[in-house]
Amino acid sequence: MSLPDILFYVFAAFAVLCGLLIVVNRNPVTSAMFLVLTIGSLAALFVLLNAFFLAAIQVLVYAGAVMVLFVFVIMLLDLKAEQRRKIKVFGVVGGLVSVGTILAIFVRSVLQTRPGAEPAAVTATGDTMSLGKMLFTQYLLPFEIVSVLLLVAMVGVILLSKKELK
Amino acid sequence: MTVGLEHYLVLSAILFALGLFGVIARRNLLVIYMCLELMLNAANLALVAFSRFTDNLHGQVFVFFVITVAAAEVAVGLALIVALYRKRQTAHVEELTTMKL
Repeated sequence: MSLPDILFYVFAAFAVLCGLLIVVNRNPVTSAMFLVLTIGSLAALFVLLNAFFLAAIQVLVYAGAVMVLFVFVIMLLDLKAEQRRKIKVFGVVGGLVSVGTILAIFVRSVLQTRPGAEPAAVTATGDTMSLGKMLFTQYLLPFEIVSVLLLVAMVGVILLSKKELK
Repeated sequence: MTVGLEHYLVLSAILFALGLFGVIARRNLLVIYMCLELMLNAANLALVAFSRFTDNLHGQVFVFFVITVAAAEVAVGLALIVALYRKRQTAHVEELTTMKL
């Protein structure tokens, strides 16, 4: 087994472990911290997949901006009462049934198709230059639309956060 | 056994299933939101793996857009949660049933 394979297994196990801890943890702040760890190990997997730009974006945007926003809101709301609540048995049973079903569908479809194992001579690497070239030529219109979407989201957030809506 | 596309797809499926379980089983709005993020990340991992193993960059451009839209979605969603909390003093989904008679 080569080094990238070992690294894949290490980071995959870490991601699954932290993902499990997000779900079972009672304290929202601890959940948020484990989500940061999951996102970090996913960024490491992106590096293993030659997606260097996306790994950097994942750390900057997700682990940086988005999670800071999450922790900020958790601190803003008083969630002390949340920890004393019981977890509903019905929710857990329903969750397990639906998760088992969807996992069975996923794994079965993967095992049946057996997608190609060897990445025959990889030429495309997701570094900043090649992704940037695609973004500013072939994907120019979606890129501009996304910038408008970000503006709309910004205006919406400012409106929503005002004390009273007139 | 060398790591192939199917390993990444199975990992992505496991992470997606964990997120879905959290969305269904947990009752706190913020934790539900975090589990949604976990599901989005699982989908991103699958897209990047497809992009690597088919040897083109379209999947990665798509993940770029997904991350951008997810950031906008988190900002708007958290603002909504804060506005809701200000009005109702709770972030527990079973007490936020205004539309239910």
